[in-house]
Amino acid sequence: MKSTLAALLLSCAALPALAAGEIWISNEKDDTLSVIDIDTLEVIRTIETGERPRGITFSKDYSRLYICASDSDTVQVMDPETGEILHDLPSGEDPEQFVLHPNDRHLYIANEDDAVTTVVDTQTRQVLAQINVGIEPEGMAVNEAGTIAVTTSETTNMAHWIDTDSRTLFANTLVDSRPRHAEFTKEDSELWVSSEIGGTITVFDTSDQSEKAKISFAIDGVHPDRVQPVGFEFTEDGKTVFVALGPANHIAAVNAETYEVEDYILVGRRVWHMAFSPDGTLLFTTNGVSGDVTVIDVAKREALKSIKVGRFPWGAAMRPSSSGG
Amino acid sequence: MFKHLAKASALALAALTIAPNSPVLAQGAKPLAIPVIYLHQEQPAPPVLSNLDPIPADRGMAGAQLGLADNLTTGSFMGHAYSLEVITVPEGGDFLASAKSALSQSALVIADAPASALLALADLPEAQEALIFNTSAPDGALRGADCRANLLHTLPSHAMRADALMQFMQKKRWDDLVMVAGTRQGDQAFASALEGSAAKFGLKVRARKDWAFDADMRRNAGQELPLFTQELGRYDVLLVADEADDFARYIAFNTWKARPVAGSDGLVPATWAPVVEQWGAAQLQSRFHDQAERSMNSRDYAAWAAMRAIGEAVTRTGSNEAATLRDFLLSDQFQLAGFKGRPLSFRDWNGQMRQPIPLVTPRALVAQAPLEGFLHPVSELDTLGADRPETTCTAFAQ
Repeated sequence: MKSTLAALLLSCAALPALAAGEIWISNEKDDTLSVIDIDTLEVIRTIETGERPRGITFSKDYSRLYICASDSDTVQVMDPETGEILHDLPSGEDPEQFVLHPNDRHLYIANEDDAVTTVVDTQTRQVLAQINVGIEPEGMAVNEAGTIAVTTSETTNMAHWIDTDSRTLFANTLVDSRPRHAEFTKEDSELWVSSEIGGTITVFDTSDQSEKAKISFAIDGVHPDRVQPVGFEFTEDGKTVFVALGPANHIAAVNAETYEVEDYILVGRRVWHMAFSPDGTLLFTTNGVSGDVTVIDVAKREALKSIKVGRFPWGAAMRPSSSGG
Repeated sequence: MFKHLAKASALALAALTIAPNSPVLAQGAKPLAIPVIYLHQEQPAPPVLSNLDPIPADRGMAGAQLGLADNLTTGSFMGHAYSLEVITVPEGGDFLASAKSALSQSALVIADAPASALLALADLPEAQEALIFNTSAPDGALRGADCRANLLHTLPSHAMRADALMQFMQKKRWDDLVMVAGTRQGDQAFASALEGSAAKFGLKVRARKDWAFDADMRRNAGQELPLFTQELGRYDVLLVADEADDFARYIAFNTWKARPVAGSDGLVPATWAPVVEQWGAAQLQSRFHDQAERSMNSRDYAAWAAMRAIGEAVTRTGSNEAATLRDFLLSDQFQLAGFKGRPLSFRDWNGQMRQPIPLVTPRALVAQAPLEGFLHPVSELDTLGADRPETTCTAFAQ
């Protein structure tokens, strides 16, 4: 292990500047962010936030960090350089997850306690719309074209399809129990939705919202009940999806073209979400119960290191060094 | 682009894609009605030593109402209209007459009544095509020799809760147990379940005393207890079986020996408790609190789970027929997200809902059974309560 680590550190040092940058982690039960330096794989900053930070995302130019401070009922806007909270955005009650529209301006926020999706203009700081969705909305996605937003609701077990022009629902599709996360594929042809209790990922055809495939997971020695897909991310080339399996303590690598599960990678306990390094060679997963972040070598599909962060790490977002970090 | 998408979605209705205000729903297509009856037999609350925790008047019912609200939201997207009517039978009232009237309105009944009333209800000729949910009676017999094919159970049995506690005792290697049990029927049934479960997990309840203090008690419970427990000798844990919540709260710290208490007080195996917050439970707790203005208890949870099970079955089958719903609920297709970290389902040999059992103190979740290491070839949840090979229920055999 030591030699692997040394080798990794050496290789990191030799990587071009493109690889450098930071991974920002929200610590749900510490009310802090941990900032990990991708070169040294160490926590270099810890920054205080509002209560129960979960979803985090950067603006396009990385000059702003948006933070769902769930128990403060607000979305905070932070200057990542200084760690200073610049202002709050009206978010609706209990914001858990959000997604920034490709226009870099509109935030689509899932209000977990309120069964609504709130659309906020980050410039005018005004609520543009509140859309009634199912109980406990959580997963949020916007397609690259910016025409469709999707909210998944955990108790209603649906993906709600929102027309971003009219800000109304135009379809509601059932998925398995407790949907948690949604992502559009490159070029928007598919929508993927993970179902935590159902233990599956449903793939929809975006054009007609029909179900195209369902992906299941099975890990030797782990009871199926504990295999609970939550967060997931596509690689830059769109060919592979890494899926966090919650209390199964594994990340699955799924072939995005064949929908086959190719690998399982052991990580920390109750893995939630993840972020790639800028060059896509490393993947950082948040492990809620063990309070750490696992660093995965994406090409080898091996865990390299775990990094202690705050209590109950949840969200993850990447910030490249060219942005000043 | 958008118009095109909206049209496509309306056409895809058959593929469970429902477009709000789509032509299909707008042309006066009636929503599917799913009326549910909450049938409540009022029972006298037994006198207890403390009046700190009165039983809420809407116990159970409030859970069904929250389940209704959850179902209605889903139903609004699906074209399913749920309703819940509460029928309360006063103490000494004619339960069966009310039951017949309930069954004439709907074949879906959430029942809050003692075991004897549940059996009488399930055996009514009018109930043979009905689907009844037991949310109130933990009796083992209802899941065993007295089981009925039209009676499902969302409340765990005494045995399930006892097994949850004994898994914890076994894991801790606290194998030398003694017990104090109340004399009421429920206390004795839970005590027997604890003894049976101890034997199942290789532990021993070495001594058992009944708490039969009535007119003879000259001092308060706290003063009586040191003497009362002195003769229990050495032990690891003192079990207490007091289902009516009468005396158990006075045992901790009043024992002769400095030993922990578990069972009806101390470390409690509960269906649900306010301290359950993981697995998204915080959301359920806060939704319940907003609606009922109190915290959610085990009976509320059982009624909520019954209502949600109906909702999930209707959503997935598109039917409101009791027989169709029953088939789906007992199949391996059914799974309910019950905020306990694992999918809930029904045992197809006796109609009991499989579920994790939290082990709680008033301030924290200590553990949740099934505990790691208690394995099962089919479902680890089946390490709690009577498993398929040992069941004495035959009504579910096809």
